[in-house]
Amino acid sequence: MKIHEYQGKQIFKKYGVPVPRGIVVRSADDAEKAAKELGTKVTVVKAQIHAGGRGKGGGVKLAKSPAEARTIASQILGMMLKTVQTGPEGQKVQTLYIEEGLDIDKEFYLGVTLDRATSRITFMASTEGGVEIEEVAEKHPEKILREAVDPAVGFQPFQGRKLAYGLGLSGDSVNAFVKFCTALYRAYMETDAALAEINPLVRLKDGSILALDSKMTFDDNALYRQKEVVEMRDIAEEDEREAKAKEFDLAYIALSGNIGCMVNGAGLAMATMDTIKLVGGEPANFLDVGGGATKEKVTAAFKLILADPAVKAVLVNIFGGIMKCDVIAEGIVAAAKEVQLKIPLVVRLEGTNVELGKKILANSGLKITPADNLRQAAEKAVAALKS
Amino acid sequence: MSILVNAETRLLVQGITGSAGSFHAKQCMEYGTNLVAGVTPGKGGQLFEGKVPIFDTVEQAMKATGANASVVFVPPPFAADSIMEAAEAKMPLVITITEGIPVNDMVKAKRYLQGTGTRLIGPNCPGVITPGGKCKIGIMPGHIHKPGRIGVVSRSGTLTYEAVFQLTSLGLGQSTAVGIGGDPVNGTNFIDVLKLFNDDPETDAVIMIGEIGGSAEEEAAAWVQANFKKPIAGFIAGASAPPGKRMGHAGAIIAGGKGTAAEKVKAMSAAGYVMAASPSELGTTLQEAMKRKGMKA
Repeated sequence: MKIHEYQGKQIFKKYGVPVPRGIVVRSADDAEKAAKELGTKVTVVKAQIHAGGRGKGGGVKLAKSPAEARTIASQILGMMLKTVQTGPEGQKVQTLYIEEGLDIDKEFYLGVTLDRATSRITFMASTEGGVEIEEVAEKHPEKILREAVDPAVGFQPFQGRKLAYGLGLSGDSVNAFVKFCTALYRAYMETDAALAEINPLVRLKDGSILALDSKMTFDDNALYRQKEVVEMRDIAEEDEREAKAKEFDLAYIALSGNIGCMVNGAGLAMATMDTIKLVGGEPANFLDVGGGATKEKVTAAFKLILADPAVKAVLVNIFGGIMKCDVIAEGIVAAAKEVQLKIPLVVRLEGTNVELGKKILANSGLKITPADNLRQAAEKAVAALKS
Repeated sequence: MSILVNAETRLLVQGITGSAGSFHAKQCMEYGTNLVAGVTPGKGGQLFEGKVPIFDTVEQAMKATGANASVVFVPPPFAADSIMEAAEAKMPLVITITEGIPVNDMVKAKRYLQGTGTRLIGPNCPGVITPGGKCKIGIMPGHIHKPGRIGVVSRSGTLTYEAVFQLTSLGLGQSTAVGIGGDPVNGTNFIDVLKLFNDDPETDAVIMIGEIGGSAEEEAAAWVQANFKKPIAGFIAGASAPPGKRMGHAGAIIAGGKGTAAEKVKAMSAAGYVMAASPSELGTTLQEAMKRKGMKA
């Protein structure tokens, strides 16, 4: 789950990670008021959307007066902000964060996430702050410092010092950085974060260390024990259908093609999309109906797929293991009737009682194209688009 | 022979009275697995299906029954605790089926396992099956398997079934099929399983099925190139997946431009894998890999 920058900073503040002063606003009037209240010579007006790359997209601007903050706010609020992460249509800006201006001396990068290779939560720090960190990792991997945390003892001060000296910090900034990291680790662990990224982290002219930005995402599997985090969820930022799918316990991801897919198992669902592409088609979605492809789930899945107006054919690919093919076939038929399916439906069933399942599909009175294997199913779905 | 589990395996089911646990315990028993005990705290002293004794703790169960492998069906909030309980009781093999365990719980559990003799398979996996030993531990459909000499290792459940089904249809049986799971933190990785297959005299060739996210496939490819002596076929799911989206499995995500299918396919091809372009060709691709090494398939 993702949250906004200002929400991430609320969490930081709670755990003692230093952040600039800032005020959340939803109107130009309030933006002017907030800039006045902050009282610094310049303030920063920051669009709050879940996607990254806001600065380059024109969603972060300096205001030299409260009046200018108002002007900028009125320009940004309601705009469709396009960044490298939003997709071509952009994301509507409904919230702004007005922040105090600061005397910045130097910018750094700091990120905390799981390193899958070691199964350890790992700090990554770099002097190349404010730029695309993926680019740094690609071109200058040696410029990224790493410290893996032993979960038995947590983040240790010596690790903070290693990072601090590695970044070239000195004097009071070293201790400030160690404290910063210690607090950040606690915030990460106690909120079950999946990523805490600060780009840039800044040293001010007075030597203090501050999180100028905040990007936090959370482990969906741990949300059941993170009520405060769940309350920060902003449905407006999420894909409507993906949010709907979660209600039915379906894993659904919208894509840009026209062949809707319904598959059991995440690996097979991905492989189904791949095969559609391999034979010249474009998948409209990823959809895993899970192990128990019941009638209710299949119906919900059909509705989700058909809610996408781009979908011109549906491919169902189910490997019936524990769940028998005849039961699945009955579910598909009932669901297709319930949603009054009008577009071509290609079904590939395999596994237990497959012959019985195929018979049920053939005798259903519905126009269902059967397929014997996945490649054939994908080919038939692509062909159905053309007829 | 085979790897990890066989006819000598004495199975304990943790979470045997839950809906998934009881259903699959019964299925495993029907397949022929020697199910000797169950554990559900508070239900010690009862019998499962009128014959399998249930205990309150893993330690009690092992002492009383000599169980030497356990399978975890405990719900996600309590699953890491169950894994650590089994390790503390010196259970040699713990296979965790549970999907949705918080990552931080698994980070801690994996740390806890360090230095113990316990091998963890999973979590979020279909389990392990050795058809020749009539030993099925997990949720895979038993009847699609057939005793034989092909090893299968995969991050994905249904793709494992797909591979096994095609092998069986081609007359190629399996020595052991292992699901290592789709989570970012798992107990046993591809290399661990490939080492076991490499040393198993009754495994002739291997299918390895990976997916996008992380770098486990690239690491496996490097190991295979240097060490693996048997024919090996591969497939990577997720070539068409968009970056930044988690594709169902917690671990299947292209992040920061890393973990793409193209990189993995490239690394595996270079290491000597014969790669299947589509999952419909898993079986025939393995046959091709065997032929290239001069083996009859």
